[in-house]
Order: sequence, then structure tokens, then C-alpha cells
Amino acid sequence: MIEFLTVYAENWASWWPQIRAAIWVTLGLTGFAYVLAMVVGMLIALGRMSRSALLRGLCKGYVEFMRGVPTLVILFLIYFGLPSFGIVFDAFWAGVIGLGLSMGGYIAEVFRSGLQAIHYGQREAALAVGMTPVQAFRYVTLPLAFRIILPPMLNMLILLLKDSSLAALITAPELMLTAKDLASSTFLPMHLYLLVGVLYLALTLPMSFVARHIEARMRLGAAR
Amino acid sequence: MSEPLLKVENLHKSFGSLDVLKGIDLELGRGEKIALIGPSGCGKSTCLRCVNYLETPNRGHIYLDGELFGEKKVGDRHVHMSEKELARQRATIGMVFQGFYLWPHLTVRDNVAIAQIKVNGMARSEAYDLAGEVLRKVHMEHKSDEYPERLSGGQQQRVAIARALAQRPKLLLFDEPTSALDPELVGEVLNTIHELANEGRSMMLVTHEIAFAREVADRVIFMDDGGIAEQGPAKEVIDSPVNKRLKSFLGQMLERH
Ligand SMILES: Nc1ncnc2c1ncn2[C@@H]1O[C@H](COP(=O)(O)OP(=O)(O)OP(=O)(O)O)[C@@H](O)[C@H]1O
Ligand SMILES: [Mg+2]
Repeated sequence: MIEFLTVYAENWASWWPQIRAAIWVTLGLTGFAYVLAMVVGMLIALGRMSRSALLRGLCKGYVEFMRGVPTLVILFLIYFGLPSFGIVFDAFWAGVIGLGLSMGGYIAEVFRSGLQAIHYGQREAALAVGMTPVQAFRYVTLPLAFRIILPPMLNMLILLLKDSSLAALITAPELMLTAKDLASSTFLPMHLYLLVGVLYLALTLPMSFVARHIEARMRLGAAR
Repeated sequence: MSEPLLKVENLHKSFGSLDVLKGIDLELGRGEKIALIGPSGCGKSTCLRCVNYLETPNRGHIYLDGELFGEKKVGDRHVHMSEKELARQRATIGMVFQGFYLWPHLTVRDNVAIAQIKVNGMARSEAYDLAGEVLRKVHMEHKSDEYPERLSGGQQQRVAIARALAQRPKLLLFDEPTSALDPELVGEVLNTIHELANEGRSMMLVTHEIAFAREVADRVIFMDDGGIAEQGPAKEVIDSPVNKRLKSFLGQMLERH
């Protein structure tokens, strides 16, 4: 056991700079992809509730597509497929786009169910006091839906952080790929994969904690 | 005689193939109080909701204060207003719903003040003063900092009334304001509405509280099957109805109470 741990002590100085850089790439991938997923998700959710049947159909199709196709396939399509049409992204941005588009389909459903959970009367009351539909959305529907959406949104963020490891397979220099490279050059796979496992856990645990805390508070709020 | 505050002209509304309003004409004078009564499903709510264009009429026109409501004239054609123009007009009509619909993420004070702040660009302090004033009027000022879910139904409805009053409305619309309340809470809300009526406000009230309508309204309109079946001074219509359907409707209502 002690022997096992001393390996970390011996190698830490050479590993840490690469690992630290990779953590930032992982966080960057996750962060940008999350923002993209929220924008896509909001647009798709609004599209699914639009008056146009065509738009509703297209947006439903998007959700079904993203739900049914593995994220890895999306990533490969973007990174390896699109260049044959002359569209080239570097590995990082291909990862951001692939992860964001894929997660966007799920987030759209979270947004939609949150928005639909708000009673139409809340919105009508806002219109009745003289708000425009946009103002009613901004000041009433959205903040109300936000309270419902927040816990699942945090869970999505955790999923996304873990899924960002898929970008290793399109050579984005994130945590998983860095660990793999180090593992094959040092012949210490157990040590390195254990280390990244712990690092992912260290990143996701605080988020789970916050999510559970908020969920509990919401339940209290509803019970009042 | 000055022009009426509200004029509803040949109002038609259908949902799909269901014709709900089949040509409603009515006028409401300044300071006048009209009660709309009628059997469930006859179109009372729809009529009220058309007045402030929460429902868009299929045919007919609404005039408020002599101005076309929800539409404008281009040449001799009527076209719908933009959402922005419509919102500005809606702000001049207060509406109170059966289900209150206070916004649960805002305090009582903010429920009342938010439209003034965000829509009318009123300074926060001024809007809060106004909120205090209208909340005092409905005897709810002491709950200003509470969230709606902490209030009883009757209290929530009174806050909803204050929210409407903060608009300084030309006209107040009530759609069965006490129907969702426990019986013991009905009185406080009716009292509040009664006080407002005594201030000479113009209002249109859908209600199943026949005795209240008789006492507070100047005029009662009995709607049946999407039209006006009988109307007249409140006491006359309720004490000596002519229309056969109205007679049986009133009979049923009395039985229930
Ligand atoms: N948005 C809508 N879509 C379809 N049908 C509707 C809609 N709103 C109302 N209706 C129908 O129109 C008819 C009249 O409804 P309305 O709510 O105006 O009746 P009401 O007189 O207010 O009845 P109540 O006393 O039960 O409130 C009903 O048959 C109702 O089902
Ligand atoms: Mg009704």
C-alpha cells in the first residue's frame, strides 16, 4: 500500500503540470459545451412550444436524434466527418460543439418540462397587468421555471463533465487523454486512471452536493 | 350624455367549431358596475377575457374610453395592434382571476409593484409607495414582505386586487373572484370589492354570488348560450326575472345557497 502511494510522490512533479493543464481543458470543454447546450436547449424548447407545426416537428426531431445517437458518434461526425465537407474544427472546439449539441437535446426537455409546469394563469396575469409576452416570459415564466429547472440542470452539468472524457477519442488534450498518454509512457495505468477517477470525483462531488442542497430547499419551499 | 367607458360591439368568439360568443353588444358607463351571470359554460369568462384581449375576438370590436381596443384602423380596415401597443392598453384595465395567480417568486409588495417598475419605468421607491397605498386599501399592508404561498386564499385574492389597483385602471374586471375560496373566506373578498364599488370605480364582474350582484351591481346581464338573454337594473332582473331560463337559473342558485 505504502509502496503504491510512493509512486505518486515520486512522479508528482512531472505529472502535475500536465494534469493541471488537462484539468483546465476539461473544465473549458465542460463550460463552453454547457453554455452552448443551454442556448441550444432554450431555442429547441421554445421551438417545441411554438405555434408552427413545422418548427415543433423539427425541434422534436432534434431532441429524438440527440437522444438516440451516442455522443461519441456526434463527436466523430464533427471531428472526422465534417472535414470532408471542408469544415474543420480543432479537437477542443469539435468537442465543445459535439458535447453541446448532444447535451442541448436533453436540456431542451428539461427546459420544456419546466416551462410547461408553470400554470398559464401566471402568464396571463402578467399580460393583464400590461406586460408584453416577452416581459411576461422574462419576469414571470422564466424565473418560476428556473426554480424547477435548477436541480436537473446541475445534474446535467455533472453528466457533461463526465462525458467530456469522450473528447479524448477525438484527441482533445483533456484529462482522460492526458492520463492515457502518461499511462502508456510510464507503464503505470492503475496509478493514472485511479488518479483521474479521483479528480473527476473531486470536481463532481461539490456539484452533487449543491444540487442536493438546492433540491432539499425546493422541497421545503413547496411544503410551506 | 357622455360616451360610455366601455363599448362591446357585436362580439363573436369561437374555439374551433364551438361558437362561444354569438354577438354580444354592451355598454358600460363611467363608474358603472355590471354583473355578468349565467350558467356554467355560457361564455361569461370568454366575454370578460375578450374585453382585455386575453382572447382575441373573431368578430366585433371593443372600445375603451372611445378608443378602439386591441386593434387599430388602417384606412377602413381593422388590424391587430402590435404586442407592445396591446400591452400598453391592457395596462389600463385591471383583471382579477378566479385562481388569483399571484407570482410565487415575488413578495406581496413586489407582486403589486413589479409591473409599475418594469413596464411603466416607475422608480422603485415610488412603486413601493403605490404598493403600500393599494395594499392598505385591501387591508393587506401588514403582509407586504410575505410570499403569496404563506397567505390564505382570501388574502391572496385581496393582494391580487391590489395588484390590479396599482395599475390605476380605468376598468376592473373580476372573473368569479370568490369561486375558488373556502366559504369562510368569501366574505372578506366580497367586502373588499364592495368598498371599491363604493368608490365609484367602473367594474365588470362575473359571479355566482347572486345576492352580492344584486346589492353591488347597477346592472345585471344574464348570458345564455353565447348571447345576452336578459339585462336591466340589478334588483329588477334578480327580483322579477322575465326570461324563462333566467328564472330557472336563479331558482337553482337560490337552492344552492
Ligand atoms: N381556450 C379555450 N379553448 C377551447 N374551448 C374553450 C376555451 N375557453 C373556453 N372554452 C369553452 O368555451 C365555453 C365557454 O367557456 P367560458 O369559460 O367562457 O364559460 P363560463 O360562462 O365562464 O363558465 P363558468 O361559469 O364555468 O366559468 C365552454 O364550453 C368552454 O369549454
Ligand atoms: Mg368562467
